[in-house]
Amino acid sequence: MIPALAVFAYLAVVVYIGVFAFRRTSGQAEDYFLASRSLGPYVFLLSLFGTNMTAFAILGSSGHAFQNGVVTFGLMASSSALVIPLTLYLVGTRLWALGKRYGFITPVQIFRDRWECGHIGTAIFVVQAALLFPYIVIGVMGGGTTLEAISGGLVPFWAGGAVVALVVMSYVFFGGMRGTAWVNTLQTTLFLCFGAVALAVIGAGMGGFDRAVKTMMDSPAFAPLLTRERVPPLYFFSYTFIPLSSIAFPHIAIFCLTARKMASFKKTVIFYPLCMVAIWLPAVFLGVTANTAGDVPEIRAKLEARRTLATEGSRLEFAERETLKAQAAGDDVLLLLLNKYAPLWLAGLLGAGIMAAVMASDSQILALSTMFTEDVFAYYGGKARFGETVQVNTGRAFVVAFTVLAYFAALNAPQRIFDTAVQYGFTGYSALSPLLAAALFWKRSTKWGALAVVVWTATAVVAVAAFQAMVPAPPPGPPTVVWRAFGIDMLVRTAGGTAVLGGFMPVVPVTLLSAALMWSVSLLTQPPGKGTLARYFRQARGSEL
Amino acid sequence: MNRLLLLVGVVVLYVLHQDYWFWRTARPLVFGFLPVGLFYHAVYCLAAAGLMWLLIRYAWPAYLEEDVEHRENVSGTGAEDRS
Repeated sequence: MIPALAVFAYLAVVVYIGVFAFRRTSGQAEDYFLASRSLGPYVFLLSLFGTNMTAFAILGSSGHAFQNGVVTFGLMASSSALVIPLTLYLVGTRLWALGKRYGFITPVQIFRDRWECGHIGTAIFVVQAALLFPYIVIGVMGGGTTLEAISGGLVPFWAGGAVVALVVMSYVFFGGMRGTAWVNTLQTTLFLCFGAVALAVIGAGMGGFDRAVKTMMDSPAFAPLLTRERVPPLYFFSYTFIPLSSIAFPHIAIFCLTARKMASFKKTVIFYPLCMVAIWLPAVFLGVTANTAGDVPEIRAKLEARRTLATEGSRLEFAERETLKAQAAGDDVLLLLLNKYAPLWLAGLLGAGIMAAVMASDSQILALSTMFTEDVFAYYGGKARFGETVQVNTGRAFVVAFTVLAYFAALNAPQRIFDTAVQYGFTGYSALSPLLAAALFWKRSTKWGALAVVVWTATAVVAVAAFQAMVPAPPPGPPTVVWRAFGIDMLVRTAGGTAVLGGFMPVVPVTLLSAALMWSVSLLTQPPGKGTLARYFRQARGSEL
Repeated sequence: MNRLLLLVGVVVLYVLHQDYWFWRTARPLVFGFLPVGLFYHAVYCLAAAGLMWLLIRYAWPAYLEEDVEHRENVSGTGAEDRS
């Protein structure tokens, strides 16, 4: 019960932060949605990092590592450590400058102005919103699951999800971007402190990591988890495309507009890779070594389910395999290790840290609210007709309505649907990244090229989803080859998803084709007028934007 | 520092992510418990931080901020008209 009390104390603190931020608000749209572009370098670094770290960074990464081994770090952490700061350096700084110069609040406003379009901007909004929704639902589900686990079942899933949704809604409602940024700063500080503490405490509890790793190396079942021998190189390479999605996520792009000075990006760009190591290395390593914690009954049950799946999976019915997969999933191994090895008071603090991780849907809800009020409500005349105060209140009403919608979706739909949708979401946002690159760096890009990118992204994401729905995942063993040509497996259904063109994940061809469409369609169509281009690419005191 | 060198640095680091050489081995265990492939990617993150420092130090697009400040000084505070 003590861990649950610590978590509730933490939740009270974040609500207070939201109310405190509310006292600083001026009632203007730019203040509510962008904190008046006033964030200093440390808040900007910590809150941007916290915004990027969803529930997946802590619970999902250790769960993935529990099942797949050390490869998780290379797949998701080190690739992001290079690509995300690079995109912040190249794209984020330019978004900041445009926002500061022309007062932009959302990426769609930039696209509409840059390519002289209206409804194409609305199409971009619709696709971005559709791809973002599953992340918010997953956040509510993560909150429910975590509170249920931390309280030992005293707080049921529906109540935990409701508490988390209510808390997030409250501080976003009251505090807007300022409250969200402050809460994210606190969350990142908690992650950074507790990652190392959790590693030390659990390591000591397990009798030392050297012993745990030696046990794994001596076991034929676990030794491959310490290498990447089960992961095809092309699959590993494909993951370097996923972090391109980061800057294309509206909540990240919007966040780039909140810095007081462009110099705030300097610390963020340099320290981002270091924060990745500090948080992901403990999470991944603990996830891997959890395989040796057979003295924890729940972990032993997971290992048993995995073993059954590997030995008898091909003989089982599809539904039975899915049940075993759910039993073998490791998203709660970190919580289980904490419950087993950490002293009660520390488990409470660490539980609060984990709670902070699963509440990362705040900035996504705020981003959707910002986009709705700016790109739809204000764009189609609402702001001019009703004024700025009504616009901000519309944004707040949207936060409430959307959180309630996400909560009921979380209660009524199977989690795997949203897990899968999130999987497609990364691909979708990576495929949208050429929009930003073309808008900021290529004069010749056009609105028709942008429309081609958006239509292609939506089509590709739906096509991959439909393919995976129509062709069921094969049992453990060889994958299902659907189309083979020129001696290459062009389209394959694997146990974990889809592989194309000899082993790539769909994100690679989908993103490359998206860039090719932007290029080819733009060349065939009329570019924006010279006046617009001059504002975006003028010689600014000797340099171009 | 030559910007071309920095660009080469980015490309080289991107390529180094695909470390075939530690693909199938966990040994040596760094510090007695860390598989070498995992250690490599942790060091890779530190190298990425170093590269970002070089980019900031030698290729920072300061003109973007100078331009914004210049325009704010000329036209007072607030955003410029988009039209």
